[in-house]
Amino acid sequence: MSLSNTDVRKVARLARLAMNETEIETARAQLSGIFNLIAEMQAVDTTGIEPMSHAQDVSQRLREDKVTETNQREAFQAIAPQTEAGLYLVPQVIE
Amino acid sequence: MQWEIVIGLEVHTQLSTSSKIFSGASTAFGAEPNTQADAVSLALPGVLPVLNRGAVERAIKFGLAVGAHIAPRSVFARKNYFYPDLPKGYQISQFDLPVVGQGALAIQVEPLSGTGQSYEKVVRITRAHLEEDAGKSLHEDFHGMTGIDLNRAGTPLLEIVSEPDMRSAAEAVAYAKALHTLVRWIGISDGNMQEGSFRCDVNVSVRKLGEPLGTRREIKNLNSFKFMQQAIDYEVQWQIGTIENGGKIQQATILFNPDTGETRAMRSKEDAHDYRYFPDPDLLPLDISNDWIEQVRTTLPELPQTKQTRYVNEFGLSAYDASILAASRAMADFFETALAAVPNETKMCANWIMGEVSAQLNRDGLDMTQCPISAQQLGGILQRIVGNTLSNSGAKEVFRTMWAEGGEADAIIEAKGLKQVSDTGAIEALVDEIIAANADKVAEYRSGKDKLFGFFVGLAMKASKGKANPAQLNDILKRKLGQ
Repeated sequence: MSLSNTDVRKVARLARLAMNETEIETARAQLSGIFNLIAEMQAVDTTGIEPMSHAQDVSQRLREDKVTETNQREAFQAIAPQTEAGLYLVPQVIE
Repeated sequence: MQWEIVIGLEVHTQLSTSSKIFSGASTAFGAEPNTQADAVSLALPGVLPVLNRGAVERAIKFGLAVGAHIAPRSVFARKNYFYPDLPKGYQISQFDLPVVGQGALAIQVEPLSGTGQSYEKVVRITRAHLEEDAGKSLHEDFHGMTGIDLNRAGTPLLEIVSEPDMRSAAEAVAYAKALHTLVRWIGISDGNMQEGSFRCDVNVSVRKLGEPLGTRREIKNLNSFKFMQQAIDYEVQWQIGTIENGGKIQQATILFNPDTGETRAMRSKEDAHDYRYFPDPDLLPLDISNDWIEQVRTTLPELPQTKQTRYVNEFGLSAYDASILAASRAMADFFETALAAVPNETKMCANWIMGEVSAQLNRDGLDMTQCPISAQQLGGILQRIVGNTLSNSGAKEVFRTMWAEGGEADAIIEAKGLKQVSDTGAIEALVDEIIAANADKVAEYRSGKDKLFGFFVGLAMKASKGKANPAQLNDILKRKLGQ
């Protein structure tokens, strides 16, 4: 499978990556390489083999429903670019 | 032209855990902004999600309540999109392997127009999956900036998806209400709609009868049943109008404006629905053993539908009475506890709760959980009615006093001197006096003026200060006047 530059532009836009034409060309070649590897793997006959959801064959550890965290807003907000009235401020996002 | 309306619902129920789905931060509502936003909620580098057992347990409980298959192994996935109240750049959700599979919910549909019969319908549930909530964006005036509060980020949600089985706004509202009752009934959510604990997305399409499904538009984030009905009514008319005028429906996400009663499309972003789901490598598959499922099953209360049926079959109540008494768990518990005091008086007990208790709750603007008198206290009154200690009017007075001042029935009866006179001798003496003092009326009565009987009852009741047992008084009066 080979990707087009249009595919790469779409993926880049979804990932909010700004790329110039040279970078798009490089990414296209690299991504195509990954897809080729996937195509190779998909050619393997996996009939009767249960798909794995994770590389490690173990299951999720659960925690008890207990509040263990305390308020550390001051510490966290010390590294934020802008805060006010306890809120993190970001550029306006209203549609 | 006969149009058919097709509706499916996606309901986000906030689960009633004390901590978040993937971290130990509190989920309490109404805290100061960001005081419950821990490192995981903020998506600081290096943090990892650890799944909350309480959230999974509530999902299992819901699945069992709707007769669904609980997946022995389910998987968390990343739903990718960019928004400032979603600091990771993805929401942890479930995609192709949700925790709860297909189930069903029986609903009672009350036609909204006021005419027509109510009927039962079964709505199929496609799936229900666990996910985390996002934070809140505040678009008020922060010098042209947006304020972000991440307290809500990471709050556990169960998204319940129905099949497009509903055919009217009335059915959609009935389903949403039944679901709302159920999640509170089984105790997995507080269902508080004002606080956003129960939010509905409604998918609406129209088609000519017999044709394939039309293109749907999704009305987002409805948090009141009234708005849901208004939004659907408006949207259906809009879609039919558009098609009849030669237009085509475009798939879109829309918002309902309660002030104008209209729906409008959100700016549709070209790639808005390309969420690029993939299994979250930070989370391992969730294994749910049979033992765990069975253990949760034992904590499941008798469900509303089962209760209603039992009230009809076992207690001989009407379907209507049964539906009211089983409308909420608080109501049903109150009824059953009060009934334990007078096990043979189901109808009387039901009437008191649907009558006096409900009316007084209404007047005081309270719901059943805030009822100032307990079911045991009411049971105390009912026992005294059954035992002939209280007349109906006496019982109502005890009830009013109990409501306002508290106290047990017996103490109030004693203090207010409300004990009904059931002593035959005392009533006879009282009746004899009345007969002696009203010889002329007695003569009229005996010569055929039957209507005067009420007059004598009135006098006797007054003489007993309303405490004479009415049935006994009637008997004695009849006997003595007839002589």
